[in-house]
Amino acid sequence: MRIIITALAATLAAATSASAQSPGISGDVVKIGVLNDRSSFQSDLAGVGSEVAARIAAAEVGNKVLGKPVEIIAADMQNKPDVATSIARSWFDTDGVDMIADNQLSSAALAVQELAKQRGKITISVSSATTRLNGDSCSPTGFKWSYDTHSAAAATASAVVKQGGKDWFFLTSDYTFGHTLEEQTSKVVVDLGGRVLGAARHPMGSSDFGSYLLTAQASGAKIIGLANGGTDTINSVKQGREFGLTAGGDVSFAGLAMFITDIHGIGLEAAQGMLLSTSFYWDRDEKSREFAKKFAAEMGRMPTMVHAGVYSGVRHYLRAVEAAGTDDGPTVAAKMKELPVDDLTIQGARIPQNGRVFHDMYLVRVKKPEESTGPWDYYDVIATIPAKDAFLSFEESGCKL
Amino acid sequence: MKRTDINTAGGSPAQGPGRFNSSTILYLVLLALALVAPAVLYPIFLVKVLCVALFALAFNLLIGYGGLLSFGHAMFFGGASYITGHAMLVWGWPTELGILVGVVFSTLLGVVAGLIAIRRQGIYFAMVTLALAQMVYFIFLQMPFTGGEDGIQNVPRRAVFGFIDIANDTTLYYVVLTIFVFGFLFIYRTIHSPFGQVLKAIRENEDRATSLGYHTTRFKLLAFVLSAGLAGLAGATKVVVFQIATLTDVTWQMSGEVVLMTLVGGLGTVFGPVVGAAIIITMQDYLATFGEWVLVIQGVTFVIMVSLFRRGVVGEIAALINRVR
Repeated sequence: MRIIITALAATLAAATSASAQSPGISGDVVKIGVLNDRSSFQSDLAGVGSEVAARIAAAEVGNKVLGKPVEIIAADMQNKPDVATSIARSWFDTDGVDMIADNQLSSAALAVQELAKQRGKITISVSSATTRLNGDSCSPTGFKWSYDTHSAAAATASAVVKQGGKDWFFLTSDYTFGHTLEEQTSKVVVDLGGRVLGAARHPMGSSDFGSYLLTAQASGAKIIGLANGGTDTINSVKQGREFGLTAGGDVSFAGLAMFITDIHGIGLEAAQGMLLSTSFYWDRDEKSREFAKKFAAEMGRMPTMVHAGVYSGVRHYLRAVEAAGTDDGPTVAAKMKELPVDDLTIQGARIPQNGRVFHDMYLVRVKKPEESTGPWDYYDVIATIPAKDAFLSFEESGCKL
Repeated sequence: MKRTDINTAGGSPAQGPGRFNSSTILYLVLLALALVAPAVLYPIFLVKVLCVALFALAFNLLIGYGGLLSFGHAMFFGGASYITGHAMLVWGWPTELGILVGVVFSTLLGVVAGLIAIRRQGIYFAMVTLALAQMVYFIFLQMPFTGGEDGIQNVPRRAVFGFIDIANDTTLYYVVLTIFVFGFLFIYRTIHSPFGQVLKAIRENEDRATSLGYHTTRFKLLAFVLSAGLAGLAGATKVVVFQIATLTDVTWQMSGEVVLMTLVGGLGTVFGPVVGAAIIITMQDYLATFGEWVLVIQGVTFVIMVSLFRRGVVGEIAALINRVR
């Protein structure tokens, strides 16, 4: 009996001393979990591609940091917040995951970021768009890459107005996301001297946009802002084309929340001339093409801005782990805010305290079919939107850290 | 008619003292297993299974024993979760009162929805409940307090009765297990009471029950309200566990999921919904790493279940036991 107790005590002591051993790499592995929706309607813009993007980032450092292996795992949260949080919980509590990337769906992302905050782990949200992640719900270990609802509204609107598109009409999907987009965009348009001539609200998942489009046409607006998303955006654009709305070239759609995969789905014939903002376009420069080439080798298509964001986030995280000499969440998070973001997709961006990466956005115009030289050659980059115009500053964000 | 071969697993007290004892032992063994489960399995996963299982049990009370297929039960489950979440987060109510107000809300909603829906039968009943649930969904989507697609976030886990600290996952599990056992016993008692017998009679032949002098409408309404209240209890408990209330819980997909759970586990059996919920939640959580294959695996499982095991897992086992006897 005494021997057993001694043995137990010795084991316990060994266990505690091992866990108290810091700094270093917990569990002798840097584990990154890519959490997103891989089976429903948003799986194209993020999905498996995000996992591939994370692997590309890990491969750039030879899948090793501080001499320890980098492991990337992934799970499908099926667009359900409770599945997302229970996966995140078990990843943190039993699987030793150090960082969660992508973190899709705003309601799920907010919950996962809060959980990570409590556990002292890092989240790098990319495909979830809410500014609350870096606003009232911000976390010292929560980061946000790529677009958000503010950049979608403000960046697009300011760039479009500066290009001369002053008379706006909105097609808004009738729920919070749509309302927020419309409200923020209108504000910027009016501030810059533009006019908002009206708005049509439609329920989510409409199939017939005819009457809304005719209202838009009758208003005399030159820019139709699409404050909706996914299939609603795609259907608006296609039907706008069928109604001959954009044929003359004097009326353009401005996509507020659009991805290159949406353009791929609509086709250039219907989408040509659209204006939209993006944090990444694969054919922008030499470095972006290099990333796209690696991505296409795995996926057989070009990356979206979400994929680029996941790549950049994971790359920056690994650099911070290397520099901090540990994978301890808060320490690495502080390091991430110290170092500039520098990789194939983003160069020299800074991260303020609320974790919102300050990188440039780009205003692009969708090419005409005859201008395009091949598949995925869809955009002309017509302006660079500086980070300060695209994102809320730390002071504006409402984050209290 | 085809439902007559569905036995209640574990039997009912009416079937003799010997049977009663064996089923009591079965329940005690299961309870003992439930008590030690968190030592083996991840507590949060178990808690989720319990919440969803309670939801499925509530649903089964209505369809399995009343023969009423509701296709809108998410309105009670999700509705209660929003109300509980709001009460605890914004009004700062303690956990037990928060859950209570959620249950009260879903019960009242059950009265309203029930009064409208039970006037119709069969597919029309299902469609009316679906329509009401869609209305409730859009109300929650538009109401400012629900936070739209962001949902209600960071609902606090306050100590139950002021001294049971549920920040610890294992303690939380036992609290939820207590709620679950309460709900389970409540349903068990209901279906084995004279009320439950009348309900079954209505399920088998409503006209005959009417001719025997029963006000079938009242019985159906009461069953509907009880089911709504229990579904609300499940939803309210889930908020305390996951600390979020989101649109997912009020969508029609959630109403569909509970139908699937009940079918997979065994319609009209006491344990069927529990087993069904465990199977579906296990698939959702543990197969998540298979990525886009989750839905394919789920689909194949359902096809196999529906074509080979019509009575569901528990229903088939019960039938097998009966055949051996």
